[in-house]
Amino acid sequence: MPQDELQSGDLGHRFDYAAAFTAGLLDPDRVPPDAVSGPNGKAAVKRYAVYRNNVTVSLIDALAASFPATLGITGPDFFRAMARFHIRETPPTSPLLFEYGHDFPDFIERYDYARPMPWLADVARLERAWLDAYHAADAEPLACVALGSIPPERLADTVFVPHPATRAMRSRYPVVTIFAANRRDRPVGRIEADGPEDALVTRPGLEVFVRHLPPGGAAFLDRLMAGEPLGAAAAAAFAETAEFDLAANIAGLLQAGAFTAAHQGG
Amino acid sequence: MNGLAPASRISKTSRFPAHPIAGLAGTSFKHEHLHAILGDGPKDGFFEVHAENYMGAGGPPHDALARIRRDYPVSLHGVCMSIGGPRPLDKVHLGRFKALVDRYEPALVSEHLAWSTHDTTYYNDLLPLPYTPATVSRVADHIDELQETIGRPILLENPSTYVLFAESTMSETDFIGALVQRTGCGLLLDVNNVFVSATNHGYSALSYLADFPLAHVGEIHLAGHAEQEDDEGDLLLIDSHDGPVADAVWKLFDIVIGQCGPLPTLIEWDSAIPDWPVLKAEAAAAQTILDHHGDSHQVFGKAHAAG
Repeated sequence: MPQDELQSGDLGHRFDYAAAFTAGLLDPDRVPPDAVSGPNGKAAVKRYAVYRNNVTVSLIDALAASFPATLGITGPDFFRAMARFHIRETPPTSPLLFEYGHDFPDFIERYDYARPMPWLADVARLERAWLDAYHAADAEPLACVALGSIPPERLADTVFVPHPATRAMRSRYPVVTIFAANRRDRPVGRIEADGPEDALVTRPGLEVFVRHLPPGGAAFLDRLMAGEPLGAAAAAAFAETAEFDLAANIAGLLQAGAFTAAHQGG
Repeated sequence: MNGLAPASRISKTSRFPAHPIAGLAGTSFKHEHLHAILGDGPKDGFFEVHAENYMGAGGPPHDALARIRRDYPVSLHGVCMSIGGPRPLDKVHLGRFKALVDRYEPALVSEHLAWSTHDTTYYNDLLPLPYTPATVSRVADHIDELQETIGRPILLENPSTYVLFAESTMSETDFIGALVQRTGCGLLLDVNNVFVSATNHGYSALSYLADFPLAHVGEIHLAGHAEQEDDEGDLLLIDSHDGPVADAVWKLFDIVIGQCGPLPTLIEWDSAIPDWPVLKAEAAAAQTILDHHGDSHQVFGKAHAAG
């Protein structure tokens, strides 16, 4: 090791080992840092590559574990190449790996090789919502009968508290159908659905459920989750589509465990 | 979100049985084994979990860990505190770690002599550091801060490494000894890491163990490793945790337990995870060695008392 590379005596560089060591961890073209070697001055190219490989492979594995349907659709080679690009562009900032990948769906949308699969980013978004629901705080969902205690004339003022796991997602593609087909341990047949599908993700107990929201359902739920009263949320949903069925949507959301409480606003 | 908030509300009353861990062999806890363990778990044993996997708010991970913790002692193993890094510890992460210690009352709490975060990036690997008086001081401050936060000593794990730093002026065993003296922490001796590092850097694992502060060891790790080659075509071992414990590592373990007496011993298996019976059998093999030395230690003890 040349003497001029040793900076241990320099107070200003005393703790530079981490900066020097990380510089090449996500960049395969960089040579190993000068500060490291094997024993007796042996070279450190393959030795340093062990760390670089651990970092990249473990992060690709983390994305593969979080996005199994996306992986199933693309196949492992395509997925791992795509994940590697994403990791180099947006490495994790939290040590909680189940939080990693919130930017991955947007990356997929921009990823040239994924252009022939325009629905792939939405499948990844739904998988990300699924994992958020899986780790969300536990809470007892609002029982279907609870609404009975609210006088009918006050229903329009009722405000719902969303369950911590509840997520709504809109898609121009049949995302629920594609997601469901690729999260089973069975071969995926031809998918006939081609219309848009909005998704509802809930976890009333320990199991995460993904449902198909009916027409207007996403607009309705978005407003309710934003704290708007039932009447205003229903009006927004009707404005979006005349097909909106208020009673069926309320019943469906309660049955799915989308809320923890309801109270009268105002 | 304030990571410290939940911990401050935890009462001092124990939520789980104490479950002593002394002299037991255990395994990594993997979710896919939950039902097999509940049906066919060890009569005596313990489970170790990676702390970060239980830092979500709720859901199945906490449900599974609570079920395991009711029946067994649990060892909480932190993987990414970055104790060995130059930057200050992440206060939010410290809070999350404390909340887990308070919630699950683990029998053992451990972390690594390594780092994994620098600036804003988390690298998800256990990265090495130079061994100098300056880094002793910095790492000791980090251990102090962690121990003060959780209100109990930790066990610090020796690393497996693939490179050496030119600026290192201390041996790894002297470095670890200095940390024990400065912080009062205990040690987690990973025997596979000793064997991997000794092979990779061309020294004897037995002489490393002779220099290691064995009196402060509170837990042993055993794991499998993989073989590669370095730039010169020499053997380079990788701490892969993806297979059975190597014969050479079993021999070193036997020597260590012969000297130290039975210590809680973990079979680590983190990738290419086998079916539960395979993992259970590895732990049973470790338990046999622990019991063998436990008996002879007892016999010596009794002979001593009688004499």
